Amino acid sequence: MKHFSQLIKTLDGTNKTNVKVAALANYFSAVPDQDKVWTIAILSHRRPPRPVNTRLLREWASELANIPLWLFEESYHIVGDLAETIALVVPSDETATDKSLTQFLQEMIWLKKQEEADKKTYLFANWKQLDYYGRFVFTKLITGGFRIGVSQKLMTRALAKATGIDEDILAYKLMGNWDPNTISFQDLVLEEKASDFLSKPYPFYLAYALEDEPKDLGDVTQWSFEHKWDGIRAQVILRNNELFVWSRGEELVTDKYPEFEAFVGIIPNGTVLDGEILPYPNGEIGTFNDLQTRIGRKTVSKALLKKTPVILKAYDLLEWKGKDCRELPYLERRKLLEQLYSDLTSANNIPLLLSQKMAFSTWEEVAAERETSREKRSEGLMLKKNDSPYLVGRKKGDWWKWKVDPLTIDAVLTYAMRGHGRRSNLFTDYTFALWDKNKEGEKELVTFAKAYSGLTDAEFRKVDAWIKKNTLERFGPVRSVTPHHVFEIAFEGIALSKRHKSGVATRFPRILRWRQDKKIEEANSLEDLKALIPNADVDN
Amino acid sequence: MKKPLLEFTDRGIYCHPAKVYLDPWKPVDKALITHGHADHSRWGHQQYITHNSNVPIIKHRLGDINVTGVNWGKPFTVNNVKFTFYPAGHIIGSSQIKVEHKGEIWVFTGDYKLEDDGVATPYESVKCHSFITECTFGLPAFLWRPQTEVFTDINNWWAQNKANGQTSILFGYSLGKAQRLLKHLDPNIGKIYTHGAIENMTEVLRPLVDFPETELITRDTKKEAIKGNLVLAPPSAHGSTWIRKMVPFVTASASGWMAFRGARRRRAIDKGFVLSDHCDWPSLLKAIKDTGAEKVICTHGYTDIFSKYLRDLGYDARTEATQFEGENAEVNAEPETQESA
Repeated sequence: MKHFSQLIKTLDGTNKTNVKVAALANYFSAVPDQDKVWTIAILSHRRPPRPVNTRLLREWASELANIPLWLFEESYHIVGDLAETIALVVPSDETATDKSLTQFLQEMIWLKKQEEADKKTYLFANWKQLDYYGRFVFTKLITGGFRIGVSQKLMTRALAKATGIDEDILAYKLMGNWDPNTISFQDLVLEEKASDFLSKPYPFYLAYALEDEPKDLGDVTQWSFEHKWDGIRAQVILRNNELFVWSRGEELVTDKYPEFEAFVGIIPNGTVLDGEILPYPNGEIGTFNDLQTRIGRKTVSKALLKKTPVILKAYDLLEWKGKDCRELPYLERRKLLEQLYSDLTSANNIPLLLSQKMAFSTWEEVAAERETSREKRSEGLMLKKNDSPYLVGRKKGDWWKWKVDPLTIDAVLTYAMRGHGRRSNLFTDYTFALWDKNKEGEKELVTFAKAYSGLTDAEFRKVDAWIKKNTLERFGPVRSVTPHHVFEIAFEGIALSKRHKSGVATRFPRILRWRQDKKIEEANSLEDLKALIPNADVDN
Repeated sequence: MKKPLLEFTDRGIYCHPAKVYLDPWKPVDKALITHGHADHSRWGHQQYITHNSNVPIIKHRLGDINVTGVNWGKPFTVNNVKFTFYPAGHIIGSSQIKVEHKGEIWVFTGDYKLEDDGVATPYESVKCHSFITECTFGLPAFLWRPQTEVFTDINNWWAQNKANGQTSILFGYSLGKAQRLLKHLDPNIGKIYTHGAIENMTEVLRPLVDFPETELITRDTKKEAIKGNLVLAPPSAHGSTWIRKMVPFVTASASGWMAFRGARRRRAIDKGFVLSDHCDWPSLLKAIKDTGAEKVICTHGYTDIFSKYLRDLGYDARTEATQFEGENAEVNAEPETQESA
């Protein structure tokens, strides 16, 4: 693993993307093929299942470091990363013999099935022998979520550089279901086999947010418009009488949405649709809050299926009659999609709708349509150039998202928690409250949202310093603070919710600005917040 | 109950029978000063008493002040209280202050480290009953490597950057860290340039320590001349227009905080070298044990956590609020101060 931990050390020692790509490309050229496969797997979040749970990791690390568990926990809160904390506190004689990355990962697969005592022996042996970066990487592989400032895109670019294979083709090859324990580098990267591609999705084309005036995009008639639906972006694949549903995070979610099994036999084989999974209770689009009840559930009960069914709102066609049609202009793909939809023998019986395509003759009309977004349960508009091919990844120019302006409210900072990663040791994750009246009619602050983005680094440092000096109580990593600061909080959507103490759920809350000009008495009330809920939702 | 020999007041640490303050943060008549960092030697006192080698430092920083220099290990009395300065090993001229009165002995460390850094006179352990300690790095996650290993890394980094045609910019606090770095940089690799703040402070210290040659970067310094060489700069220069002259460059910071990957990423620095003028975790525990003290007072750093652990070990340990900041100036992180809970 020396090569791999040396790579991580090098990546850690630079802040420059081109240096990182070069280091990765060199690494890919130097290591054995199976290590390459595992490296690709790790950097694309395909690690083996966690062999040891984090509670045991923490207990054992504190035992080996000879410190009480509470002290280990406090250190972890401050360091902000479990693997890093363990690498820092456990002692080592650095006598490890070099096992390959592949060997380590195979051991981890083996480890999962072992008894607790054997797991402990294995961990102690490795922690005691590896050097700092070795311990960090080794533990990171166990805890999973290998985020070290190398995106999958960056890794793919480096692999393209090392192999001479086109980056977009590589991105495609690396998608989908493959097992690093059984696949060879030859099969994964170098060779092309049709059968491997059965479940493979295409890389999603992602739009940037529109920053300039829409009229700067030129002739409005060269553009098509759709509402930007607020669900889960998904690709639905029908090949060989099999269904595959992929989320944008490259997760295969077919089992989570059994509704779509109805597509098999109705939508022709050799079809790949791009669209949005939306909640559809009572025959109309629900809120994102409704969808939350479906996300994260591996098995779905019949009751839930009935209460919160989903549909696919399709807006693009990536494969038609078994052929990749991404190179076709948007309007032609759209025509094929509409044709496909109208040719379906029983389109009414399957959970499939087309996202309406709109055309306008002036940009003012476009702006007026955008104003209707919230009541249509959309986040705004998608702008798609009529002649645009379906590109790979986030690209500027042909597609733009033009979201509605967020809703905002002034709230009081009440709790804070330390952040992670580059924000470790800084209090950057905040809880905000609004005024309400309790049973006795007294004014009190009620928590309504958490937010941890939107301030500049300098502002975060200031707030962090203030929090450290104005802590009321500590609950592990969380601190309650004196209510003193008012922040303007922006959010995309709002709905009633039984799961939230305030009775209201907000979508993607973030800090818009620090209102140092406002006293806490001037913050908004829960009533003000509820007034922002669209009328239709309150009646439900 | 009788008053403790050293009390924590809103002006600073006060010795009532002697009527003097130790490192006070508000103006007082008589101040005993451990070292020259701004949070320990503040402006506005009527009289300063400090170690001889700290005199030029605080005169440089504070201007025309009334200051008396003393020697290490030479006791003196103020109102019948005996004071002795001992080296603290933190930076040049840094001291601990031993206070003795009616058989009771207290030691105030200011800031300190145990490792001999080759510039500051090394720390000397002093037996006492009550020990007032910093704990800037009072977590088991902080464990320093011997500085010879760190300096090998720093010099290798510089040599590698030079081979790549890049200038190395190394950030370190202008008093203390900068001179420690300078002392151990290898002048055979290239020339060492300095930022004004570091050049001025180093000039003040040259009569006391033998340092490699440096050249101040001025408006007239040619861009081509700097290329491939090393620039020593205070952390505040990072992100300033001043460093544009060094393009192409790579940056590094030398600080205890660099032990955390997050701290380095937050500052958008290329490389972090873990090098501190404060004690790491084992050093703190060793220092406290060696004093033989039963009472320990933690003043700045992870005070709550560290004092709790000391109580676990059987010490009578507590925390006191001060306005000392430890190494925070180096990462722009704000100090973890005394908590009300």
